[in-house]
Amino acid sequence: MFNEVYDVIVVGAGHAGSEAAAAAANMGSKTLLVTMNLQNIAQMSCNPAMGGIAKGQIVREIDALGGYSGIVSDTSAIQFKMLNKSKGPAMWSPRVQSDRMRFAEDWRLMLENTPNLDFYQEMVRGLLVNNGKVEGVVTSLGIQIKAKSVVLTNGTFLNGLIHIGDKNFGGGRAGEKAATGITEQLVDLGFESGRMKTGTPPRVDGRSLDFSKMVEQPGDENPDKFSYLDITKPLTQQRSCHLAYTSEKVHDLLRDGFDRSPMFNGRIKSLGPRYCPSIEDKINRFADKDRHQLFVEPEGWNTVEYYINGFSTSLPEDVQFKALRSVEGFENVKFFRPGYAIEYDYFPPTQLKHTLETKLVSGLFFAGQINGTTGYEEAASQGLMAGINAALKVQERDEFILKRDEAYIGVLIDDLITKGTKEPYRMFTSRAEYRTLLRQDNADLRLTPKGYELGLASEKRLKRMEEKHEQAEKFVEFFQNTSVTTGEINPILESKNSSLMKQQDKMFKIFARPNIDIEDMKKIESVSNYIEEHNLDNEIIEQTEIQVKYSGYIAKEKNNADKLTRLENIRIPDNFDYSKLKSMSMEAREKLNKIQPVTISQASRVSGVSPADISVLLVYLGR
Amino acid sequence: MIYNDTIVALATASGAGAVAIIRLSGKDAIKIAADNFKSVKSQKSLSDQKTHTIHLGHIIDENRVIDQVLVSVFKNPNSYTGEDVVEVSCHGSVYIQQEIIQLFLRKGCRMANPGEFTLRAFLNGKLDLSQAEAVADLIASDNEASHQIAMQQMRGGFSSEIAKLREELLNFASLIELELDFAEEDVEFADRTQFKDLVDRISFVLKRLIDSFAVGNVIKNGIPVAIVGEPNVGKSTLLNALLNEERAIVSDIAGTTRDTIEDELVINGIGFRFIDTAGIRDTKDVVENIGIKKTFEKIEQAQVVVFLFSANEFKTQSERLIVEVEKIKNKFPLKPMLIIANKVDQLSEEEKEEVSQSLNTIQHIEALMISAQNNEGVEDLKDKLIGFVNTGALNNNETIVTNTRHYDALLKAFEEIQKVKYGLETGLSGDLMAIDIRQALYHFGEITGEITSDDLLGNIFANFCIGK
Repeated sequence: MFNEVYDVIVVGAGHAGSEAAAAAANMGSKTLLVTMNLQNIAQMSCNPAMGGIAKGQIVREIDALGGYSGIVSDTSAIQFKMLNKSKGPAMWSPRVQSDRMRFAEDWRLMLENTPNLDFYQEMVRGLLVNNGKVEGVVTSLGIQIKAKSVVLTNGTFLNGLIHIGDKNFGGGRAGEKAATGITEQLVDLGFESGRMKTGTPPRVDGRSLDFSKMVEQPGDENPDKFSYLDITKPLTQQRSCHLAYTSEKVHDLLRDGFDRSPMFNGRIKSLGPRYCPSIEDKINRFADKDRHQLFVEPEGWNTVEYYINGFSTSLPEDVQFKALRSVEGFENVKFFRPGYAIEYDYFPPTQLKHTLETKLVSGLFFAGQINGTTGYEEAASQGLMAGINAALKVQERDEFILKRDEAYIGVLIDDLITKGTKEPYRMFTSRAEYRTLLRQDNADLRLTPKGYELGLASEKRLKRMEEKHEQAEKFVEFFQNTSVTTGEINPILESKNSSLMKQQDKMFKIFARPNIDIEDMKKIESVSNYIEEHNLDNEIIEQTEIQVKYSGYIAKEKNNADKLTRLENIRIPDNFDYSKLKSMSMEAREKLNKIQPVTISQASRVSGVSPADISVLLVYLGR
Repeated sequence: MIYNDTIVALATASGAGAVAIIRLSGKDAIKIAADNFKSVKSQKSLSDQKTHTIHLGHIIDENRVIDQVLVSVFKNPNSYTGEDVVEVSCHGSVYIQQEIIQLFLRKGCRMANPGEFTLRAFLNGKLDLSQAEAVADLIASDNEASHQIAMQQMRGGFSSEIAKLREELLNFASLIELELDFAEEDVEFADRTQFKDLVDRISFVLKRLIDSFAVGNVIKNGIPVAIVGEPNVGKSTLLNALLNEERAIVSDIAGTTRDTIEDELVINGIGFRFIDTAGIRDTKDVVENIGIKKTFEKIEQAQVVVFLFSANEFKTQSERLIVEVEKIKNKFPLKPMLIIANKVDQLSEEEKEEVSQSLNTIQHIEALMISAQNNEGVEDLKDKLIGFVNTGALNNNETIVTNTRHYDALLKAFEEIQKVKYGLETGLSGDLMAIDIRQALYHFGEITGEITSDDLLGNIFANFCIGK
């Protein structure tokens, strides 16, 4: 059935697998996407939403490089919000609520429309590996499919074990079988594996809820969108979410089930994410809080199914049910399905290179939860990077790595391979040293030229970016070079309680004041004329405003980032033997020998390595 | 062992002394020494001697005896550097030192780089980083990038104080990050009033530590005081009065003191280094112009400026004198300055009163009337000088910063904290304030150890209920 040798085989078709397959195929590689069930491409296994703080920036980065997640998020959105709008522009984070079914359908259709991409439905149970090089995969039917490189994106499916109360059973997702064979083979090949845990809340019937007892949370009045391309449009209609609260009574009912909780009776041994705790974890660890928020999120435009965000649990279903029924507005709730916890295999990502290729097996790439991450966006971005690098490797081109000051994706991968992770890794803006540079508004400026060079981002995308960049730059220059008279500016300043000007001055200075925004500036005739004459859209105006108002901070962060770059440039020789550095701590020697960082900068980020250890290394390297 | 070559250097202070020690370290140290050493007693070779032994003999160049010496042998790893080390104690003349070092260089040693013995000790695990502070300095001076990362751990003293403040600041930083990364959630927000209190507290401590650097420097080096004034106003006489001995050149011809002369004096247990300088009078004399330039250089280096003039000239020249005072004040606005009217013994009581009154009109600068010749007012001057030094830290047994790099880090942290303070006052958004907080934490980190974003997140997860 499969006589040809594929360039790239992608195993798994979740967020990571779909992006990997699209990227490799779009870069001209003959690609095969193998998944256990072709009906379930790009499932949102957990909450029906894309983006959010730090994650929204990642989706914008994926889009800027030429991935699909941004476009699909736009076409399947039912609500848009720009989070953190009251803070500085680095914090502005786009998020959509999604129509779960449409999201999956749009992904599948986009993949079907991608050239060079074949599909096949079956479980992959093993890899073909010869002399430390991957040569393809073996399916459960024993079919061998040859390939020059393989991307594994197995999600929670590897030996997945689902827990609900004191019951547990094998499965990769509710209603789906677990995958076996791959972990065992990789361990035989010398890989280290571990177990992680994650959980999901119950889904309920919206017709059984009393929304009048909850707080409505509508989307933005002027919704934006993810993709930099104009093929998607902002929403004209939106669906609201609702906010409900737990109570002491709910907590007591949940506590009654603690003795049957796999979290507390020791049945679940692996570590879950601290920042996405189950409801039982929340009331256990923070006993003094008398209520917790629950976000009631619609699963689509038309469905009655709702997702109870904040109520992730693995308590017995009867406990879940009883407790949720005592939440205000949930008195008559009917369950679609109970919440559950799932344990699965992952491979500590310190076994990877920056390209996401494994150090042990050439041509084998890992992306997504198999690397210990959590989140659709984190998975999708790794899939994209693994797909790109798998294609590059087959085409014998230079590898593609993003640096920490270039993209959240760069921060994500560098963290994973340098520090590893013991709990499911999620992105936060605080993980980025230079978040002022990594904004959602400039992902295209940062990454589209790179995407274009890879052959992934289209020329149209590049042109749009260049035009936006150029127009914004000119508009900034306009503010720098144009003066405003006191007669024109002082009434505006007065209305904003800003100190008045004594003589005419350049507009840039006034615009840069903290409490003055573009709406104030537009009241100046020459500004509104400029906008009209040049037909500037909101994106360009916003970009200009950011560049004027935050120029000082951006420059400062750039300066700091440049210092990092200098350390990035001090390379450590391959296979460096740290054991001979006697003045280095034992822990540091062991960790560094294992991680084999490429640069001094990376070495300094390895956990357990102190500044003193780095100075030993610097001294040794003759710096 | 990491290095293959053998290094040599003078281990004692350079210049002539009673005895000098020349140190060799490296794998051929013993062999090279042995080849050029003849024991007085027997035919014994140094190569056969046990570690930690001392041998009397001669250093021989071919057949020429250079000096009678004591040679100490230390075998690896039980030596200062962890390598084979030989120390030659010779007579202290510069000629002998040089002859012996030259001989060893010819026989295969390499001249050690500054700090290289310590460097080797460090690399061989004989010293930890805090002990090898000199090494870190070396690294820092070689390469700025490495300076950034080759931060050394602090020992004792104020690092614990900084560590405590850093922890509090870190806690607030996490609260700020919490607001940013979990804005959607039901989290408490960082109390800006409390944060302001903390920032003020940090400012206060940093300021005190920064000020203590001056005191620390005094302990190490003496506080430099520049005595500035017109030629022949009695600078040298004053200096002599302070020093109680005739050390500076004293004459009645204006401009005699062309070279700056330094002298030290201990007042109330604090060392002062007086720098006698030529004046800053406008002149066409080339030699004197050079002296004026030097004067400014010396003021730059000084921590206190004493402006001295002759009281009997005040009547005719007061305007110019005041211009000169202001010139210095403008050039060095932050330097404490003291105006001294000398030779008041040559004035009548009325004239004294007049001078005193017009001096009082100069703002923010203290003035004194003295007669160096008669030792009148010299004690007052000493008291004033003491007053310039923040001796509080000394008396209260508090911690003192003496390390220049720590001083730098404290200064930079202080600067960032001032920005945070400004941000708090102007209601700056948390993400922008976080840039300054992170920088401040980074500079604290230069003193106490490293800060990573993991610390922030760890703090968040440990203390706050977050997660939908």
